[in-house]
Amino acid sequence: MTQGLSLEGVYVGVGEQVLIPPLTMTVGPGEVATVMGPSGSGKSSLLAYVCGTLEPGLRAGGRVLLDGVEVTSLPPERRRIGILFQDDLLFPHMTVAENLAFGLPAERRPRAERRAVIDSALAEAGLAGFGDRDPATLSGGQRARIALLRTLLSQPRALLLDEPFGKLDAALRARFRVTVLDHARRQGLPTLLVTHDADDAAAAAGPVILIGPAIEPPQGALNSIPGAVKPVW
Amino acid sequence: MPTASDISIHGASASPRRRDLLVLLPSLTLALFLAPVVAGLLGTWLPAFGWLPSLARTDIGLAPWRELFAAPELPGSLRLTLTTGLAASVASLVIALAFCASAHGTGLFRAVERVLAPVLAVPHAAVALGLAFLLAPSGWLIRLLSPWGAGWVVPPDIATVQDRWGLALTIGLIAKEVPYMLLMAIAAGAQAEAKAGLAVARSLGYGKTTAWLKAVLPRVYPQIRMPVYAVLAYSLSVVDMALILAPTTPPPLAPLLLRWFNDPDLDRRFAAAAGATLQLLIVVGAIAVCRAAEMAAGRLGRAWIASGRRGGSGLPQHLLASIAMIGLLLLVVGSIVVNVIWSFADRWRFPSVLPTAWTFVTWQHHGPALRDLAITTFVVAAAAAGVSLALALGCLENEQRRGLHVSSRGLWLIYTPLLVPQLSFMFGLQVLLVACRIDGSWVGLIWSHLVFVLPYVFLSLADPYRSLDDRYARSALCLGASPNRVFWRVKLPMLRQPVAVAFAVGFAASAGQYLPTLFAGGGRYDTLTTEAISLAAGADRRVIGVHVLAQALLPLLPFAMALALRAHRRPAVAGRSRT
Repeated sequence: MTQGLSLEGVYVGVGEQVLIPPLTMTVGPGEVATVMGPSGSGKSSLLAYVCGTLEPGLRAGGRVLLDGVEVTSLPPERRRIGILFQDDLLFPHMTVAENLAFGLPAERRPRAERRAVIDSALAEAGLAGFGDRDPATLSGGQRARIALLRTLLSQPRALLLDEPFGKLDAALRARFRVTVLDHARRQGLPTLLVTHDADDAAAAAGPVILIGPAIEPPQGALNSIPGAVKPVW
Repeated sequence: MPTASDISIHGASASPRRRDLLVLLPSLTLALFLAPVVAGLLGTWLPAFGWLPSLARTDIGLAPWRELFAAPELPGSLRLTLTTGLAASVASLVIALAFCASAHGTGLFRAVERVLAPVLAVPHAAVALGLAFLLAPSGWLIRLLSPWGAGWVVPPDIATVQDRWGLALTIGLIAKEVPYMLLMAIAAGAQAEAKAGLAVARSLGYGKTTAWLKAVLPRVYPQIRMPVYAVLAYSLSVVDMALILAPTTPPPLAPLLLRWFNDPDLDRRFAAAAGATLQLLIVVGAIAVCRAAEMAAGRLGRAWIASGRRGGSGLPQHLLASIAMIGLLLLVVGSIVVNVIWSFADRWRFPSVLPTAWTFVTWQHHGPALRDLAITTFVVAAAAAGVSLALALGCLENEQRRGLHVSSRGLWLIYTPLLVPQLSFMFGLQVLLVACRIDGSWVGLIWSHLVFVLPYVFLSLADPYRSLDDRYARSALCLGASPNRVFWRVKLPMLRQPVAVAFAVGFAASAGQYLPTLFAGGGRYDTLTTEAISLAAGADRRVIGVHVLAQALLPLLPFAMALALRAHRRPAVAGRSRT
């Protein structure tokens, strides 16, 4: 049985136009694969297909497997594939702790235990005491970390990263990237990152898939990545 | 030649004369649609305590209230008002939200979304008259089962319309209010970025329905709170549907009061005014209870959210909510279709499902009268909607040029005419119009309609107007266009569809009005709606069919025109233009 997240012939298109031709790959536990392409190339749609939230207007197909079990026909909530977006998408009607509790499985009980898990996660992330804050009062970096915690607390079996570093400024960006990739590796999560930034791909240090017709392989970056795959186009 | 000062988007130093006119517009608008409400309430409260100089009565006291509470019909009337009004409001909210929560993103949901606007445009009275025949003992639903199914060869002797529990009225209200609630919830969901929140919740393992309830509803509800209160107020004080579907001995409070206001014994007006004040208190109390219930639900909801329970697939809820929604829409559509058939029916006896002979005679016979009614309805509706549209556009443009934001208190003001029961201020409004010497005139009639049309037009236009990507206006200003030129040449053309829809919404709201025509028209003006309701008591079903059809079709015209505009290029609105 193949461990990790596998895509078999996964493609995305709009009408007649093919955005992403059939793609077959396996991301092992703790491995971070990168899909690179310019905006509008269908990268985000690929991730939406993998986690099951693709818009009806788009055409997509192929098999998605988690540890050898096909999940393609499952609704998104039963796939247990976590995703982080460019926007943190913290729920504005909930406090920080409530956002995290939203991610924590209901099996963690009683309430005191839930609160303890959340508090220790916050402390570990250097955000101790932020539980009762309104997300709107936090900085961009803090919000990004909360969003990561929320996803990790839901105990996903794979992680999708939809340019989650894109909106952070340069200094923050590098730090948050290290945090995310560390967590993914330590928890042995197969991780699929889409980005148009070569630095992200370099930091991921995994296989790279290039999509889109007009992209030049980012020279230094690509050569330094062990196990880099050839562009599919 | 545009000057540099014209480029300021807030118009701080734009041509002063024009600016002054625009700046005055919000106050003028408020005065136009709130003065009748305020004056109307005062003009109702004073007689409620015995003061009405025009009837030579100035002895202030509680006599009208004593008379009101001594009325033998009152207890039954109040009970009926509360049970039907509250049941209809709760059911409408639950069905609309359950459908949103469980069916969002399905083909059925998109199909329902498309038919909402035309369904909403059908006047309440038309739906009520259609339902009356669908549900009646000799009606379509029973005919469909007879005689093969239920064995009836003559109509069964049970009251299914005007039943003593008010069930027919409750069903009628639900059928008309659910589409409204749903439309409001969909609009609010679009603003609350429902899609992104749902995607996150689903990826965290939440079932479809639970994801919507936990991640979307808490942000949608604050935006549909006012519409919920409006539904509550309407259901507790409805007159037109109640005259057709509710029992008459006793009727609910509002029709009972209308009967008293029209009583030949003028002294009845004092008890009626007291009753109209009681009607207002009932609505205010119901809104307060609703607010308390919201807060309790909010507290429970927070605990439920924090529990992390993911919920199941939501399939049972989906099925139930979908069945309820389809059933209600079929009732509305069926109530129109059955009237189409009646209007062409010659002989249609029980238990035939369709007429056995057809004819055009009813249309030919009532055509001329119908034309006059349609012209009156059209003139009033077009004038009220047109004036409302001009005022709303002016207010919104002023708001943008001066960088203003409407506070939540401002929103309450806009909703006031929809929250205050019509009957609670119609009598006072009539007194005001008499004092202005415009009672029974076109101006008075149109003004009284404007009170109810303006809120709908403004609310329907405000969101698209405010969310138009302001970079278009800014770049036009930087190209040297004056703010007025930007308004006429950039904003208005880009917003032509929302503008046309707002007009259509206002037109439909006016075409469906009953009480304002009755009170402000001074009995001199008959619209399709007033005529259809007066026919309800005992006229030939064929004649009713002809009138209901005309009443339902007229408001659809502007909607059809607004829809035709969509065939052109879509207006670029922020959020759509960015990816």
